[in-house]
Amino acid sequence: MDSFACPLPPAGDATVLLGHGGGGSLSQRLIDQLLVPAFGPADGVLLDAAVLPAEAGPLAFTTDSYVVRPLLFPGGDIGSLAVFGTVNDLAMVGASAIALSLSLILEEGLPMHLLQQVVASIRLAAQRCGVPVVTGDTKVVERGKGDGIYINTAGIGRVDHGLQIGPKAVRSGDAILVSGDLGRHGVAILAARQELGFRTELRSDLAPLQEPVRALLAADLELHCLRDLTRGGLASALHEISRGAGLGVLVRENAIPIAPEVDAACELLGLDPIAMANEGRFVLFLPAHQADQALAVLQRFQSSAARIGCVQGEAVLLETSLGLPRRLELGRGESLPRIC
Amino acid sequence: MSRPSRFRRPELVHQLAAALRREITRPWTLMEICGGQTHAILRHGLDQLLPDQLELIHGPGCPVCITAEAAIDRAQELAGRPEVILCSYGDMLRVPGSSARTLLEVRAAGGDVRIVTSPSDVLAIAQAHPARTVVFFAVGFETTAPATALLAHQALALGLGNLSLLVCHGRVPPAMEAILAAPECRVQGFLAAGHVCTVMGEEEYRPIAQRHGVPIVVTGFEPLDLLDGLLQGVRQLERGECRVINAYPRASQAAGNGAARALMERVFTPVDQHWRGLGVLSGSGLQLRPPYDVLDAERRFGATIPWSAAGNGIAPGEPASPCISGRVLQGLARPTDCPAFGGRCTPERPLGAPMVSAEGACAAYHRYRA
Repeated sequence: MDSFACPLPPAGDATVLLGHGGGGSLSQRLIDQLLVPAFGPADGVLLDAAVLPAEAGPLAFTTDSYVVRPLLFPGGDIGSLAVFGTVNDLAMVGASAIALSLSLILEEGLPMHLLQQVVASIRLAAQRCGVPVVTGDTKVVERGKGDGIYINTAGIGRVDHGLQIGPKAVRSGDAILVSGDLGRHGVAILAARQELGFRTELRSDLAPLQEPVRALLAADLELHCLRDLTRGGLASALHEISRGAGLGVLVRENAIPIAPEVDAACELLGLDPIAMANEGRFVLFLPAHQADQALAVLQRFQSSAARIGCVQGEAVLLETSLGLPRRLELGRGESLPRIC
Repeated sequence: MSRPSRFRRPELVHQLAAALRREITRPWTLMEICGGQTHAILRHGLDQLLPDQLELIHGPGCPVCITAEAAIDRAQELAGRPEVILCSYGDMLRVPGSSARTLLEVRAAGGDVRIVTSPSDVLAIAQAHPARTVVFFAVGFETTAPATALLAHQALALGLGNLSLLVCHGRVPPAMEAILAAPECRVQGFLAAGHVCTVMGEEEYRPIAQRHGVPIVVTGFEPLDLLDGLLQGVRQLERGECRVINAYPRASQAAGNGAARALMERVFTPVDQHWRGLGVLSGSGLQLRPPYDVLDAERRFGATIPWSAAGNGIAPGEPASPCISGRVLQGLARPTDCPAFGGRCTPERPLGAPMVSAEGACAAYHRYRA
């Protein structure tokens, strides 16, 4: 089949070609010159599967696919998002990431320097989380059939605690806290798309959440439920947890931290900051008597962390800034600016 | 939240609500025209502060909700053409046409549908894509119409040959007249939309107030604005007055915005238009007048149906549908009176106009009422 392989392009390919996913010499070069230097193994010898040391105790396992436009945005890029997103999913069950997989689906014609930038960002993000990328795959799709880069990562994490973290552990009377102010990622992405005609200095809140969760566990707090506030934001998370727990929640609008820039952008566009996406924020449910202690831990990482409400009743309610309760609406999936 | 709270200060809101409760002596029924006001009332929970004797009826003032199905069908048909870039406001994309299909679905099927926040975005898109045909699906009341007029003016001045307008703007006063003329009408006074009056002023409202004997209060959108508007409306009703009062003077002036009105009058002329759920209302729409009518998408693409006056939309009382949107839009029923509310009819699968946009009365009830 070698005779049918694409001719080798000049060294330092400028763009991704279909051949980079074809398993031939272009694929080899991409792996040898870009991916192995970034992620290893040190000896450059690749196996069909990574072999991990056996761990005593439970493991956590998660996967997520990352599709974002633009690929680079203020405060991050699709690469760091693909690492932190999966590490954060593990953190939400109190697990520390021990290995990641990385699948790249590249669109023909993608500038190679962009791919290099994203791979470098993945490497840095993984280093920051102390987790190796141990296996991966690369495919190339025809021009027009992808959006530059799609990434799938899966992560395995070690669970070092005896808690059952999840909606079923939520109890009536639990305190609800958020790990920082909300909506930065969603607004930063909307602005970066340059379709809505507004500019902002806002950066995405994209960040790894392992450390604050570890600190909460180290403080011996009885964590009932954690949820990272990605698509759908706090509104979706509260609805999901409420449904899973079979209990209602009441959060106070005045207590929910929103940066003034986020608030102003949402007000102008008719969007709800509580339903905007975040990539470095989570909500925490725990017994009310531990709320102050948990808040102090969270504020070491984000000074805007706040206690926002409690578990009570059956409905998901928001107490408005006027002190009046109303139903907290679930976002509809796509944030569309209103006409007026 | 760190929201700018000058017009939301809880102690002042509660003071105004207390004044309203204190001063009202009889049952009164007021209508807030604008969907933005309905939305704000429910979002802040203001409805819970009102005295039992004050009934609020939610008006038809959501431009997205009242846009005729046939106009949406036309926009979808144009958006499906390969040469067309169709631009509109974000929430217009979710509204189903007669086939229950939305512009979002047309986009998913390959149509080039773009969200704009201002007609000036449309101008930029048309200039950036000279080989494509850019159609602006122009909806909204007198708030957005001047910006469409400016776009039309600029398009002619620049000689932009690839831009056309599918105009579906609505005018508020004819809708108020229609509501008041209905035999079952229960509305005793109006909160007029502050942003519409910022453009149009108060002139058009005085004859309505006098002819029908109803007070009209120009009202803003923040909690303090809304309660102030309600209080001024109730005070007039208690005294038997029917004046036009401006409770939104920080934005709206009696004469409106002269430059915007002049531009609108230069570009548009009133036309009979079909309102979803209400039917054809005399003089309630706007159409391009010469020489701006060369931009009319209907003319450019060839009119298939004269939708601006076509009888269509969700017919109130249509036997197959339990939807009572016509009655809701006229204030004759509440969203929760509808047998389909929250069951067969939700914002994701709306049966009727007021459920389709966030500002529709049914959608606002669905979002905020537990």
